[in-house]
Amino acid sequence: MIDVQNLTKKFGDFLAVDDISFNVKQGEIFAFLGPNGAGKSTTIKMLTTLLHPTSGSLSLNGHNPTEDPEKARRDFGIVFQDPSLDDELTAWENIDLHGILYDVSNDVRKERAEQLLKFVDLWDRKDNFVKEFSGGMKRRLEIARGLLHHPKIIFLDEPTLGLDPQTRNSMWAYLKDLNQKEQTTIFFTTHYMEEAERIAQRIAIIDHGKIISIGTADQLKTQTNTASLEEAFLSLTGKTIREEEGDGGKGRMRSMHRMWSGSRK
Amino acid sequence: MKKIYIIWLRQIKRYLRSKTRIVGSLAQPLLFLLALGYGFGSVFQEAGQGNYINFLAPGIIGMSIIFTAMFTGIEIIWDRQFGFLKEMMVAPISRLDIMIGRTLGGGTVATIQGTVVLIIAILFGFRPTYWLGIIPALVVMFLIAVLFTALGTMVASRMEDMQGFQLIMNFLVMPLFFLSGALFPLENLPKALTFVTSIDPLSYGIDALRHLLLGSAHFGLTTDLTVLVLVTGLFVWLGSHFFKRIQI
Repeated sequence: MIDVQNLTKKFGDFLAVDDISFNVKQGEIFAFLGPNGAGKSTTIKMLTTLLHPTSGSLSLNGHNPTEDPEKARRDFGIVFQDPSLDDELTAWENIDLHGILYDVSNDVRKERAEQLLKFVDLWDRKDNFVKEFSGGMKRRLEIARGLLHHPKIIFLDEPTLGLDPQTRNSMWAYLKDLNQKEQTTIFFTTHYMEEAERIAQRIAIIDHGKIISIGTADQLKTQTNTASLEEAFLSLTGKTIREEEGDGGKGRMRSMHRMWSGSRK
Repeated sequence: MKKIYIIWLRQIKRYLRSKTRIVGSLAQPLLFLLALGYGFGSVFQEAGQGNYINFLAPGIIGMSIIFTAMFTGIEIIWDRQFGFLKEMMVAPISRLDIMIGRTLGGGTVATIQGTVVLIIAILFGFRPTYWLGIIPALVVMFLIAVLFTALGTMVASRMEDMQGFQLIMNFLVMPLFFLSGALFPLENLPKALTFVTSIDPLSYGIDALRHLLLGSAHFGLTTDLTVLVLVTGLFVWLGSHFFKRIQI
C-alpha cells in the first residue's frame, strides 16, 4: 500500500531523510517512531504530497505522490501534528468543509460529523468558533475531522499528543474498527511507546534521517535484548535529548493578524 | 463545483465576521474622497476638468477594491502560518479549483466593499451622469476584484511570512493604485508616466468605471474590458501553477 524506496530529503546541507526504504501492506497498522527531529514529519510530508523528495521513489496505492499528486490525494487522509484548522470558522463548519473537499455525500457527512463530534465530546460546542477553543479541544476537532472521510490510508502525525486517556482510547477504538471493517492502512507516529507497542503491528525506528530498525515490537525487543519497547527505543536511539524546532515567528504573526483582522481574542 | 462553492463561502464568512475590518477599510477611501475631492475640487474646476468628486469617485471605488482584493489574496500567508493551507493542499481538489474558489470569494468580498464605497460617494456628492451605468459598473468592479485577488494570491503563495505582506503592500499595491489614473486624468502625462499607467491593469478598470458612470473614457470600454478579462484569466491560470509548486 505504501512503498518507499531510497527516499532522501535535503534542506540545503541538512540531510533530513537519508536514503530510507520500507513498505506497509494494505490493512496494516504501522508505527513510525523516532526522537524529535529524526525525520518523521518530513517523511510524512513527502508521502502526503506536501514536500518533494530530493531523490528516491514513493508509491501510495500505486500512485506516485510527487508525479501524480491528484490521484494520490484521493487515497489518503491525514491528521497533522500542528494545527490546520480555520480559526474563524466554527467547529461544524471546519468539519463540513473537510467533508465537501473529500467528496463525502451529504447524508454520510452529517451523520458521521455528528457521531465524531459526539465522540470527541465537542457536539455541544459545534457552533462555537475554533478560536475560542483550548489547545486540547482543537486537537480533538482535528482528529474528528481527519476521520470524517474513510480513506484507504490514514496518516496520523503524533495524533494523541495532549489528549486525555479517554479520548485517546476512543480514538484508537474507532481507528481499529475502521482498520478491520474497511481494511484501512494506518501509518502513525507517536512518542508514547506503550501506545505503539499496543496498537502497531509493525514498527520502524528512525533517527538522524535513517531507519535503524524495523519489525514487530517483539522483534525489536529481542534484537535489543530489552523488556519493553521503551527500553528498546532508548537502546537504539541513545539517551541524548533532541531540540525541537522553533515556532518560526508564529507568535508575532498571530499578533499582526489580530491587528489586521481586528478580532477580539 | 461544490468544492469551489465551499471555498468561496469560506472567504465570504471570514469577511462578514470581521466587522472591524469592514469598517476600518472604509476609513481610507473615505479620507481620500473627502480630503482630495474637496481639497482639489476648485483647482480641478479652474483647470477646466469639471467636477473633481465625480472624476475621483470611480478612482476611489477602484482603490477600495484593489486594497480589499489584494488583502484577501494575501490572506494565504496567514493560511500558511496558521496551518489551514496544509488542509487545503492535501485535499483531493485541483489547484485550479482552489484558485477559482479563492479568487471568486475575494472578488465577491471586494465588490461588496466597492459597492459600499460607491454608496458613500453618492452620499458625499458623487453624481453619475448615467445612473443605469451602475449595473454594468458592478460587473466591472467584480472583474477588477477578481483580477487583484488572483494577483494577491499568486504573489503571496510564494511568501512565507509577514515581511512578505509589507513588501506586497509597499511595492505592489501602492504603486498599482497611485499609477492607475485613479487620482488624475491620463491625458497629457509625461511619456514615462503614460507608459507606466498603460501597463497598470487598474488603469483599465477605473477607465471602464468612468466610461460607464460618467461617459468619458481614456482607453475606451472595449479595450478596458479586453484587458481586464485577459489579465484576470492569465492571473488565475498562473496562480494555479504557483499553487502546484507550494511546498510546506
